[in-house]
Formats: sequence, structure tokens, C-alpha cells
Amino acid sequence: MESQLADVLMLSRIQFAANISFHILFPTITIALAWFLVYFKVRHEISGHPVWMRIYRFWVKVFALSFALGVVSGITMSFQFGTNWPGFMETVGNIAGPLLGYEVLTAFFMEATFLGIMLFGSQRVPSWVHTLSTFLVAIGTSLSAFWIIALNSWMHTPDGFEMINGVAHPVSWWDIIFNASMPYRFTHMMIASGLTAAFLIAGLSAYRLLKGDTKLAPRKAMSAGIVVAALLIPVQIFVGDLHGLNTFEHQPQKIAAMEGVWETERGAPLLLFAWPDEETRSNAFEVGVPGLASFILTHDINGEIPGLNEFEEEGHPPVKPLFFGFRIMVGLGLLMLAVSWLSSWFLWRRGEVPVWMQRTLVGMTFSGWLATLAGWYVTEIGRQPWLVSGVLRTSEAVTTVPGAQVGLSLTLYLLTYAVLLFAYLQTLFYMARKSVEVEEFEREADVDLDELQDRAAAEPNAKPEEAR
Amino acid sequence: MSITEWLPEIFLVLMGLAVLIYAVLDGFDLGVGLLLPMDNEPQRSQMIASIGPFWDANETWLVLAVGILLIAFPEAHSLVLRELYLPAAFLLIGLILRGVSFDFRAKAVTGHRRQWDYAFKAGSLITSLTLGYMLGRYVLAFQTGWVAQGFAVLSGICVSAAFAYIGGAWLVMKSEGELQIRAAYWSRRAGWFAALGIAAISVMNPLVSADVAERWLSMPAVFLLIPIPLVCLILVVLVDQYLKQVPTRDDVGCWFPFVAAALLFLLSFLGLAYSFFPYVVPGKLTAAEAASATASLQFIGVGVAIVLPLILAYTAFAYRVFWGKSTELRYY
Ligand code: HDD
Ligand code: HEM
Ligand code: HEM
Repeated sequence: MESQLADVLMLSRIQFAANISFHILFPTITIALAWFLVYFKVRHEISGHPVWMRIYRFWVKVFALSFALGVVSGITMSFQFGTNWPGFMETVGNIAGPLLGYEVLTAFFMEATFLGIMLFGSQRVPSWVHTLSTFLVAIGTSLSAFWIIALNSWMHTPDGFEMINGVAHPVSWWDIIFNASMPYRFTHMMIASGLTAAFLIAGLSAYRLLKGDTKLAPRKAMSAGIVVAALLIPVQIFVGDLHGLNTFEHQPQKIAAMEGVWETERGAPLLLFAWPDEETRSNAFEVGVPGLASFILTHDINGEIPGLNEFEEEGHPPVKPLFFGFRIMVGLGLLMLAVSWLSSWFLWRRGEVPVWMQRTLVGMTFSGWLATLAGWYVTEIGRQPWLVSGVLRTSEAVTTVPGAQVGLSLTLYLLTYAVLLFAYLQTLFYMARKSVEVEEFEREADVDLDELQDRAAAEPNAKPEEAR
Repeated sequence: MSITEWLPEIFLVLMGLAVLIYAVLDGFDLGVGLLLPMDNEPQRSQMIASIGPFWDANETWLVLAVGILLIAFPEAHSLVLRELYLPAAFLLIGLILRGVSFDFRAKAVTGHRRQWDYAFKAGSLITSLTLGYMLGRYVLAFQTGWVAQGFAVLSGICVSAAFAYIGGAWLVMKSEGELQIRAAYWSRRAGWFAALGIAAISVMNPLVSADVAERWLSMPAVFLLIPIPLVCLILVVLVDQYLKQVPTRDDVGCWFPFVAAALLFLLSFLGLAYSFFPYVVPGKLTAAEAASATASLQFIGVGVAIVLPLILAYTAFAYRVFWGKSTELRYY
């Protein structure tokens, strides 16, 4: 019995992690891509230059596809709480429920409804209504991030509630929503989304250029992506540092695991590499900069960092995933800094990006995904063994559904996700290759690429509207 | 007696409303998916174009319904989803397949479109069947055994037929020419099936549940309730007669089958609601028993009161924008 429950717990955790990881890929793109689209559309309204509309049309298709995947995987998420974590809603439902409810009410309906007009309505409504719809979709995706991050942050740093008979009751909604870690997490996530979309745009546009696209659209789009990335990344690093300081204050055991600190120490080194070993409770192969971790976290070279051993009784998170996850995120952040600044420099001095740099950008297309996933894994695994810090343990919330059923559903999800992820990536690059040949003929958002190619073939003399 | 004390019941009504709107709206686009003819690609494109701008918002009503269950009745949410664990998983897979094939088909690698259309049809079928099955299990309070399972399977088939019915009716309204005639034919066929199903469920339900029998067959009530099945029957016959005439001259009354089918959904829903109110899980949990803290319901209640009218307003706006026939996706 005992071991069977453990199985269900493990399977449910894997299933939840798989579902949310799949889900977050698409919101990370859509949240910021929506704002990019607003920008492209407004540039078009102001300048009247067709190239902005062309950029808009290509990226609105990417948006539509990502959005569809975000919606369907999101629906799965909203069932998960009941199917796999009944204890979650039973214990903190009074808090989580309304926050999720506000997300549905204020965000989901708005984005879903105006999406229809944004994708299919440009011939049926005045141009400003179409721009407004795009804007409302962008507001919707950001609002939705706001509510869900508020809830997630509350799970890390719960506030504004009281426990009555083992059930959380709200006391102050303000404190619940704007809990200690919420402003940091929300800002960090929004910028992460901005970076993800920026590198996606830059990467896919660079791919088009490399495939011999001579049009203006991919050039402009690539520049926009590069510049936005270059502006956002320093802010992200700064916010990340603040976020870490905040976590140090509220969840020191998480920081200890991220930094690989076992014994409480003063003047702790910043480990560039190490192999944390939970058996011996120490690190092998340490390479570090002396005193730097203490300096970053306490602003004092000799500052004290509590070690994991202090939290042994309470239980602390597994160390390896946090230690490495954190380094992957920060490493990617630094890489993004280098690539986006160097590319901007090329743009500024030479007006174009050399081929080797374009290749690098193609390689970085999905770097935002990796950094975001790594960041979330650090955050979420770092909360273990708690589901809601200090209130509810993950093991107390798990379902009593038989393990075989959870195994079956998990298998189904994994299969579906693998196929969809493959199809998504394949389609993105396929769309990019196709638009190398045919983009200038299209007029409407949800255009059918096959048909366009036929048409282009049928009118060999058709002049592109705009040569370069 | 203040409004606070009625909050659980108010949320139950809201949840019912969300379910009803979901059934009608996503019902028609699921139905269109079910009807997708695999022998005619232009017609498939036309059909899908007719639901393109709507399906996402339609599906959001399901999220709202599940959301209210989760927000207002967390205990019931856990109970229902634990009982229906596997059907829920299948439902989600169905919804996923549907939602994505829609978008993939327009962008897919040359030659893959047909596969995505199959995925769309299969997704619609899985979704409709599991929705109906879940409804069947729910209505009988998750009883186990052959009778209950058989009932749920029957409900799955009938709900799918009902979706095909309203989906066909939607197409009669939104299309013309060849496709409209085909749609009328499909809708007619599905209509009789759905009607049979509604009848079967109406008879089965009081037989299986003493509680329901008592509510429907007690003396004064029975006279007030008799009209419900009667009106249903009349509607089915009228729609059937109309569909036989399609295409009508000048397309007169092309909206009639859809409106009538929606009315039919409303009546069946009222029948169910009358059978079970104020239970959230029939015979097990009432709204008051399952409700979450008053402070939480108040907080979200304010949001609902402000936002729901807005949602209804811009939903209406979106349907207005895409009014009329959607013969083709117009690229130019
Ligand atoms: C930081 C952002 C973020 C995070 C952490 C989550 N989501 Fe999400 N979600 C969005 C940002 C988002 C979005 C940007 O608003 C989406 C993505 C694409 C879309 O359609 O909206 C969305 C879609 C989306 C939908 C479909 C909405 C619709 O029908 O239009 C549901 C039901 C959920 N989500 C539910 C969840 C749940 C229960 C989560 C947590 C456990 C969750 N999401 C995490
Ligand atoms: C969006 C990015 C997110 C990612 C990538 C993510 C990832 C993860 C991962 C990997 C776990 C498993 C940790 C473990 O068991 O060791 C987890 C747990 C969990 N997360 Fe998140 N999460 C995200 C956001 C959220 C949000 C927004 C919520 C809720 C509002 C949430 C609620 C939960 C819950 C309820 C669990 C418990 C299950 C468990 O511990 O396995 N997560 N998440
Ligand atoms: C390079 C410097 C960076 C630093 C110092 C940094 C710092 C942090 C810290 C300390 C956390 C964990 C907070 C907690 O769990 O309480 C975190 C989480 C996270 N990071 Fe970073 N980060 C950096 C770069 C990035 C980049 C480049 C991205 C993505 C493009 C990113 C995306 C995320 C995400 C999505 C999370 C999880 C959500 C959250 O807790 O905010 N980070 N980051």
C-alpha cells in the first residue's frame, strides 16, 4: 500500500511536470509575441510601409499555431488539480480557486474572443479595430500570466491567510496576490518571455536569410528581435539577481541547494562547476571564485550563507537538479548577452549581421525555451518537499487514483506531446522556407501556403510588390 | 436572508449556465468536426472555415465550467475528477487533437493536410463520446455495474449525435449550395438519433433513480413538466420538415434549425437541472455542502458580476463580425 502510494505520487509528479513543461513552452512565446505583433501592426499604421504588414502576417501565423498549442495544453492543466492533486484544492482551494477564476474571467475569454477577430477579421472590421483586437489579445496573455504567477508565487511565499481546521482561509487578498516573491517572479517571467520571443524571431528570420531570402521583411524582423533581446537581457540579469536575494530571504534552503552549500559558511565561493553528492553531503570537483557567492547574496565577501545541513530535519530539495538547472539558466543568460550585444554592434557599425553570426542566431532560436524551463525547474523543485511552503506537503496532496490509471494517462500525454512538439518545430521551419519563395503574394492572415505556391507558379510574371 | 447565504446556489446556477453555453457553442463546432467528409477536401476547408474564428472562445466555456467547479466546489471537483480520471484523460487528448489539427492543417507540410483532417475528426469524436460518457456517469452519481456503464455509453452516443445535429444545423445556416444540402441531410439523420437518445435518457433516468422519479412524477409538478418533452418532440419534427426542404427559396429561415436545436439543448438541460438542483454531485453533495469559504466566493463573485456581462457583450460582438455565410476563407 505504502509503496503503491509512492508510485502514484511519483507518476503524478512526472505527469504534472510533463504537462506544465509542455504548456509553458507556448505561453512563453505567445505572451511576448503578442506585444511584438502590436508593435509590427502599429509601425504599419504609422508608416504605411507594406513590409511591416508582411512581417505581421508571417508572425501572426506562428502566433496562431503557438496559441492553439498553449490553449489545449492549458485546458489539460486546469483539470490536473482535480485529477492528480485533490489535496491541493481541498487544502488551499479557497485561495487558489479565486485566483484561477480571475484568470479565466479576465484573461482567457478576452484573448480567445479577440483572437478570432485578429486572425480572420482584418477584412471585416476597420483597421483600428483589428489593431485594437491585437492589443487586447496581448493584454489578455499578460493578464493571464499575472494571475497564474500570483498563485504560483503564493505557493512559494504564502501570505494573507489563516488556517482553520487544516484549511486555508483568505484574510487579505492584497497580501495573497502581492506576496513577497510575486513582483520578482512576475517581472522575471515576463522578461523571460520577451527574450524567448526575441530569439525565436531573430533565429527564424536569420534562417530565412540563410536560405536565400532577399526580401526586406526577414531583415527587419531579425533586427527587431536582436535589438529587443539586447535591451532585455541586462534587465533580466539584474532582476534575476534581485529575485535571488528575495529567495535567499524567504527560502534559504533553495539557495543553499542552488549554490551547493552543505555546511553553513562565511565567504562562500561561487561554484562554476561541482558535482554535488547527496550521499556524502559534499561536493566533488569544485571549481569556484572565492567569496563571490557570499558577496552576491549578502553584499559582503564574508557574509554567511546557511548550508543544507541546517535543513536536514525539515527536508530540503534535491540538490543536483537545482545546482545544474541554475547554471544552465545563468549560462544561457550570459550567452544571450554576448550574442545579442555582438549582433547589435554589427547592425550598428555595418548595418548587417555576418553569416557566421546568422548561423549562431539560428542555433539560439530556442535558447529562451531552455532557459525558461531550467528556471522553472529550479524554482519548482526548489520548493520540494513542500507543495505550498510550510503549509502542505506534496505527498499529502496526491490523488488516490490507482497507479495503473495514472501510468496510462501519462503514457498517452507523453506520446501526444512528442508528436506535437515534432510537428510544431517542423512546421515553423517549413513555414520559414516557404515564405522565402512566396510571401509577397499574400494578403490575409491565415493564408494557405500550398495554395499560394500554386498561385505563384501559375503567375510566373507576377512582380513582387517590393523588391528588397 | 442576505445574498451571501445564497452564494453556493448562485454559483451552481452559473456553472450550469456555463455548461449549457458550452454545450451549444462547442457543440456545434464539435459537430462540424464529426461531420467532416473525408471524400471532399474543398468542403472540409469550407466547414472548418465556418468555425475558425469561434472554436477557441467556445472551448473557454468548458474552462469556465470546470473553473467554477474548482473555485466554488473544490470538494466536488476532486470527487468528480477522481471518479472520472481516465475519461477525463481521454477527453483532454481529444481536445488537444482537435485544437491543434485545426491550425496545423492550414500550415502543414504539403500532403499532410489529410492526416490533420483525420486527427481533427478523431479528436472531435473522442471528445464528444467522452463528454457524453462522463455526463452519463455523473447523472447516475458514478454508480458502478453494467446498467450504469451501459447508460453512460448510450449517453456518449446520443450526445455525439446531438452535437452532429446542431453542427449540421450550423452549417445549414453558414453555408450554401452543395455543402448546405449535404449538411441538411446529415443533420436530419443525426436529429432522429439525438431525439431517440433524449427520449431514452428521459425514461431511464427516473427508472434508475428513485429521487428523480419522485421529482418528475409527483402530482402537481407532472402537469407543469409534461410540456417539456412535448415541445422537444414538436421541435424535432419541425426541424426535420424544414431540413427536407433545404435549399429553401432565398435561403428563407436558414437559421431555424440552429435556433431550434439550441432550444432543444436548453430544454434538455432544464430537465436535467430540475432533476438534480441543488446537488453538485447527484445524490451525494449539495451546493451548500461542497461550497468553499464565503470570503472566497464573495471575492470571485464581484469579478463575475463585473466581467460576465462584458464577456457576453464581446462574444456577441465577435459573432456579429463574422455574421452571414462563410462560403470560403477569403485570402484576398
Ligand atoms: C506565465 C504564464 C503562464 C503559466 C505559468 C501558465 N499559463 Fe496557462 N496560459 C498562459 C500563460 C500561463 C497564456 C499565455 O495566457 C495562454 C497560453 C496560450 C494561450 O492561449 O493562453 C495559457 C493558456 C491556458 C489555458 C487555456 C485558455 C483558453 O482556453 O484560452 C488554460 C486553461 C491554462 N492556461 C491554465 C493554466 C494552469 C492551470 C496553469 C498552472 C498550473 C498554467 N496555465 C500555467
Ligand atoms: C510554468 C512553468 C512551470 C514549470 C515548468 C513547472 C514545473 C514544475 C515541476 C518540474 C514540478 C515537479 C517538481 C517535483 O515534483 O520535483 C512542479 C510541481 C508543481 N507545480 Fe509547477 N511549474 C510551473 C508553473 C506552475 C504554476 C503556475 C503552478 C500553479 C499555479 C504550479 C503548480 C505546481 C504544483 C501544484 C506542483 C506539484 C506537483 C509536484 O510537486 O510535482 N506550477 N512544477
Ligand atoms: C543570467 C542571470 C539570471 C539570474 C541571476 C537568474 C536568477 C533566477 C533565480 C534566482 C531564480 C529562482 C527564483 C526562485 O525560485 O525563487 C530564477 C528563476 C527563473 N528564471 Fe532566471 N535568472 C537569470 C537568467 C534567466 C534567463 C535568461 C531566463 C529566460 C530567458 C530566465 C528564466 C527564469 C524563469 C522562467 C524562472 C522561474 C520563474 C521564476 O521564479 O521567476 N532566467 N532565475
